[in-house]
Amino acid sequence: MAALEEGFTLSAVPLGAGPHGLLGVEQSDRPDQFLVTDGGRTVILYKVSDQKPLGSWSVKQGQVITCPAVCNFQTGEYIVVHDNKVLRIWSNEDVNLDKVFKATLSAEVYRIHSIQGTEPLVLFKEGAVRGLEALLAEPQQKIETVISDEEVIKWTKFFMVFRHPVLIFITEKHRNYFAYVQMFNSCTLSKYTLLLGHEEKSVIQRFTASVDRKVISLMSLSSDGCIYKSLIPIHPNDPEKNQRVVRSLLLKTVVSGNVRNGVALTVLDQDHIAVLGPPLPASKECVSIWNTKFQTLQTSKELPQGTSGQLWYYGENLFMLHGKFLTVIPYKCEVSSLAGALGKLKHSQDPGTQTVPHFVNWETSRGYGFGSQNSEQSKRILRRRKIEVSVQPPPSKQLLSTIKKDSEKRIVEELCKFLASKQTPDFHTIIGDIVLELLGRHKVEPSFYPRNALMQLIRTHVLSYSLCPGLMEVALEKTDVQMLQLCLQQFPDIPESVTCACLKIFLSISDDSLQEAEINMESVSDYIDSVQEEKMEEQTEILHNGFNPEEENCDNCDRELNKKPQDTAEETTSCPVIPKRAALLNAILHSAYSEMFLLPHLKDIPAQHVTLFLQYLYFLYLKCSENATMTLPGLHPPTLNQIMDWICLLLDANFTVVVMIPEAKRLLLSLYKFVKSQICICSELNKIEVSFRELQKLNQEKNNRELYSIEVLELF
Amino acid sequence: MGEFKVHRVRFFNYVPSGIRCVAYNNQSNRLAVSRTDGTVEIYNLSANYFQEKFFPGHESRATEALCWAKGQRLFSAGLNGEIIEYDLQALNIKYTMDAFGGPIWSMAVSPHGSQLLVGCEDGSVKLFQITPDKIQFERNFDRQKSRILSLSWHPSGTHIAAGSIDYISVFDVKSGSTVQKMLVDRQYMGVSKRKCIIWGVAFLSDGTVISVDSAGKVQFWDSATGTLVKNHLIANADVQSIAVSDQEDSFVVGTAEGTVFHFQLVSVTSNSSEKQWVRTKPFQHHTHDVRAVAHSPTALISGGTDTHLVIRPLMEKVEVKNYDAALRKITFPHRRLISCSKKRQLLLFQFTHHLELWRLGSTVATGKNGDTLPLSKNADHLLHLKTKGPENIICSCISPCGSWIAYSTTSRFFLYRLNYEHDNISLQRVSKMPAFLRSALQILFSEDSAKLFVASNQGSLHIIRLLEGSFKHLHTFQPQSGTVESMCLLAVSPDGNWLAASGTSAGVHVYNIKNLKLHCTVPSYNFPVTALAIAPNTNNLVIAHSDQQVFEYSIPDKQYTEWSRTIQKQGFHYLWLQRDTPITHISFHPKRPMHILLHDAYMFCIIDKSLPLPNDKTLFYNPLPPTNESDVIRRRTAHAFKISKIYKPLLFMDLLDERTLVAVERPLDDIIAQLPPPIKKKKFGT
Repeated sequence: MAALEEGFTLSAVPLGAGPHGLLGVEQSDRPDQFLVTDGGRTVILYKVSDQKPLGSWSVKQGQVITCPAVCNFQTGEYIVVHDNKVLRIWSNEDVNLDKVFKATLSAEVYRIHSIQGTEPLVLFKEGAVRGLEALLAEPQQKIETVISDEEVIKWTKFFMVFRHPVLIFITEKHRNYFAYVQMFNSCTLSKYTLLLGHEEKSVIQRFTASVDRKVISLMSLSSDGCIYKSLIPIHPNDPEKNQRVVRSLLLKTVVSGNVRNGVALTVLDQDHIAVLGPPLPASKECVSIWNTKFQTLQTSKELPQGTSGQLWYYGENLFMLHGKFLTVIPYKCEVSSLAGALGKLKHSQDPGTQTVPHFVNWETSRGYGFGSQNSEQSKRILRRRKIEVSVQPPPSKQLLSTIKKDSEKRIVEELCKFLASKQTPDFHTIIGDIVLELLGRHKVEPSFYPRNALMQLIRTHVLSYSLCPGLMEVALEKTDVQMLQLCLQQFPDIPESVTCACLKIFLSISDDSLQEAEINMESVSDYIDSVQEEKMEEQTEILHNGFNPEEENCDNCDRELNKKPQDTAEETTSCPVIPKRAALLNAILHSAYSEMFLLPHLKDIPAQHVTLFLQYLYFLYLKCSENATMTLPGLHPPTLNQIMDWICLLLDANFTVVVMIPEAKRLLLSLYKFVKSQICICSELNKIEVSFRELQKLNQEKNNRELYSIEVLELF
Repeated sequence: MGEFKVHRVRFFNYVPSGIRCVAYNNQSNRLAVSRTDGTVEIYNLSANYFQEKFFPGHESRATEALCWAKGQRLFSAGLNGEIIEYDLQALNIKYTMDAFGGPIWSMAVSPHGSQLLVGCEDGSVKLFQITPDKIQFERNFDRQKSRILSLSWHPSGTHIAAGSIDYISVFDVKSGSTVQKMLVDRQYMGVSKRKCIIWGVAFLSDGTVISVDSAGKVQFWDSATGTLVKNHLIANADVQSIAVSDQEDSFVVGTAEGTVFHFQLVSVTSNSSEKQWVRTKPFQHHTHDVRAVAHSPTALISGGTDTHLVIRPLMEKVEVKNYDAALRKITFPHRRLISCSKKRQLLLFQFTHHLELWRLGSTVATGKNGDTLPLSKNADHLLHLKTKGPENIICSCISPCGSWIAYSTTSRFFLYRLNYEHDNISLQRVSKMPAFLRSALQILFSEDSAKLFVASNQGSLHIIRLLEGSFKHLHTFQPQSGTVESMCLLAVSPDGNWLAASGTSAGVHVYNIKNLKLHCTVPSYNFPVTALAIAPNTNNLVIAHSDQQVFEYSIPDKQYTEWSRTIQKQGFHYLWLQRDTPITHISFHPKRPMHILLHDAYMFCIIDKSLPLPNDKTLFYNPLPPTNESDVIRRRTAHAFKISKIYKPLLFMDLLDERTLVAVERPLDDIIAQLPPPIKKKKFGT
């Protein structure tokens, strides 16, 4: 649905001193900046969103600007013509128009056209067209006459059609109108006679045009207040012949008839046009948006102070004179749908929640250029894009401001609200920003530790270590094992040093503080029973009492192990750590790492912690070996490979230490024995594999029938 | 349809020879395969992979290399030091030529097909010029230290790569001198092996040499600098063969572990022009060494010690995903190795170097469908007839009465007379065979065992009258003027009046034996004939082709029969056309003229011409119907093709009498059991 938003005045300085109002409003090479040329001597560059002028240039007293200033998009310079024949080119840095580049031409200029993607074109009053470069190379070149003597150019427009520039201009001669279409890729000029149909007597007042793939739709506002449409082919069948174009009625009486001045129209998009003028003879002047497809008035806005009958449309702003001021009225048109009309899509119209495509639009960050009027398609896209950009920030911004000052409770509330709202494409970066903001505040006031909010943010599954580098450091500082576990489970890209730091904390934190922590136990629940805690005491006893200094060498240890089968039995069945610690260690086992980067950090772990971890890994390994599939029961248990890799890593990193500590040495021996027995089993299996195969063969042969038999077969 | 007693024979102890070389010819889409017994087979890949020709082997002629030259000429070379050219029309050896370099290990034809290169035991590489009717020695290249095991031409023909033991040499063809020597690492899994044998080399147009060796490596060398560019360790055993596609965008290697690896040249990243060789697909279709691989534009072809020829289509190259895109595994020859004497219930088995004669057992019991009957007498092994000389047997036949056996090798024809006295059997060789009876491609006895028909190479057909202990030459049909194509298949009518003979490509010729004249020629068809038979009484000739079409041609009327026209009009059932082994034998029911019995390796079928033909919606392979099914339904679903897949792989099937069938099976497990054990792979632990 098309809508006109609240307009604003661009300049407090009265413009349009001349009787004809402004000469023109043209885009500059930067988005949101426009060149406004008044009827006298001044060109002003405005930044529309800031509503202020950025620069102003004037010609000398006595000189008159005859053609609106345009921007050369290829060079970023501005071009203006004064006194019909004098061309001036300047850039932003120039102050005085007198001292800038000047070229005097041999013929009078009607307009300079400049649009993105091509060099500016100069249209002479005689109908000839020149590229700017060619013209500047030889300013005094002879300009031919294209149109006949009494023909006068009334209106002109420049398009890009499939990257080829196309210029259309309308001339009038004795109330007959002619359209000229100049193609620059083929250098053809086609002339069309506009037939007015039965509205012969009406005078065409204003033109506008849009271009489709193959045709230019020329719309004209006649003095009877109706809009007519004529279709002019871009690629004429026979360029030489003078062709005729009929016009058809598009909209009836959009403005009251018999109004000489103050009417204008411009095409907004495929289906919408904006019309300036009084809708009824007596009423005030108004800008109104019409839907041509349904022939309905979409919206209108009164301009009580009168207007000059000039209307420009760039990007999504309508420019017009309101009284003595240049007024900008933003226009927007949302895609209307039947479901929306019936209320089915109502939620999407709620303020604050936008329907945003679910894919990431990479172009949002690239800024948005203003599409020129000629390509309706791109304009629509641009407009939609801009809506996105302009409406996104509020909820997160609000949240960020909340974070800066409010209490934790309030933050959590706001956060809930924010998370409940729809996810935008850059949701993850916003979440990252929020985390960074929270951490920033924590740094400034250390008492502020919004744990719940952070946990909630991590659980969104969109965070990664690189998005919020400080988060795990803070959690490490606070020994917040729950959050560390959560991070280890959620983040795909934790550096090895941080993983190792987590491991250190998990191994060193006291059982008492662990009991208080709320830890996700799903990875251990199935193989460590809760009775474990009692056994813990015994376990430690064994650890400390198991060593006998006399049994230094391996054989003795062997014997010792054999002698005390009850010890090993106990060792195999009891977990050396409490389940909560086991759950934390499992999170470490699951995390990704690269050996090369992990090994140096593993060396820093204190010896008794290494022993403890090894004991736990050994326990897992034994548990694994209990069943044939070599897996642990439960949800996300560590795999055998992970366990073995970590055993190897730990031993590699701390071998010298481990062999020195008595209890670790004992553990090492039993580990060695166990691995050896496993290897034994495998080699024995390999040995008897042949026998297995023979057995299998025998089995097959039994099933096999004799070499010769006589059987009965019935065919049906 | 009927109930049969089936003699289910599994004592045919046939083991195909292992495949030694394969050579693919792009122009004719034919594949030459050589086996360890010296046999060379030609498969026509366009004709449903039919083995259309074969050259019998020779004990002393171990083929080590096989290649096609310009004009579809086939050469082989072997350890007897000879280069052999084969005559693909007459199906014999054109000439042999000694290379005088000791055993030949490798051979390669130049990219233009006009020069032949052989690598010999003494380390010499010899260049031969291929002349229109022979080959001519041109010169030796620089002698190397040890045997040349592999050779490959650069596509421009200016350089060659030769794989030897421990090193690869690059020769300049013009000067014949070594320009580069690339030493191959002997290390194998960290252990220094004695020697590293370069089993295969491939020279690419960009100068890259790919080598495969006994240490399990596939290596890429820069031939200009002689440096190793890339190394893929792909196997714990030898990598024995390599073949590169014509586009040089993919190649295939075969290992001793039975694995075939496909390597492809793929872009490093999408849209980047930089490409590298990547090992893309491993295939494990073999249990034993893959001695030879070939790369056709659309398929990878491999063969080895396990005797299977495997044709694995590349799915990305196959345009239509039809039945042709399926994997083919060819194990058994597409010709008959078994003949049968119906009267005496004897089976004659043909092996490479001997024949075996067996008498079938008997039973007095009866039973219902599926029963195995108790034997009153077991099958007897009557005779083991060893050939004289080193040549392989080409063909053999036993007469219907059981008193004659004939077989032929490349240079000799043997005819034996068998005498049965109670349980004793005596064998008497008929001596003084005429000189023209030297080599036969096919032998056939007439139904009354009074005549012997011999198809010799050179295309002539001899008719011999058999008398008690002697013979008389009756007539020789000379080949049509201008053709030298040999006849490979023969069929005689039971009344003894007609003889049908077919070559590999031209039509089937029908001769009148009474007046010894050519009666007619059945129009030739695009696909080779795989089996022929003439029906009793009607004298209808039934012809099976490799594209699974079956025609019935009335010899007296000289035209296709009405039934044949009907089935051609309607078309065969799609499942019939999708079978991948050819029909190798056709026979008829003596009492039911409407029945035709035919079989391939995986099914046998009785076609009842009186029943309606199946269309594509019909259930084609009717499973044994349950007994309670009403007669009406059975009649409604009944169609002409009665198919049984009980016996497989089925090498031979025939009707002994109205109620008795004989089926000779050769289970694959039994073949595998006779092969050398494959390389052992550990199952437990690492």
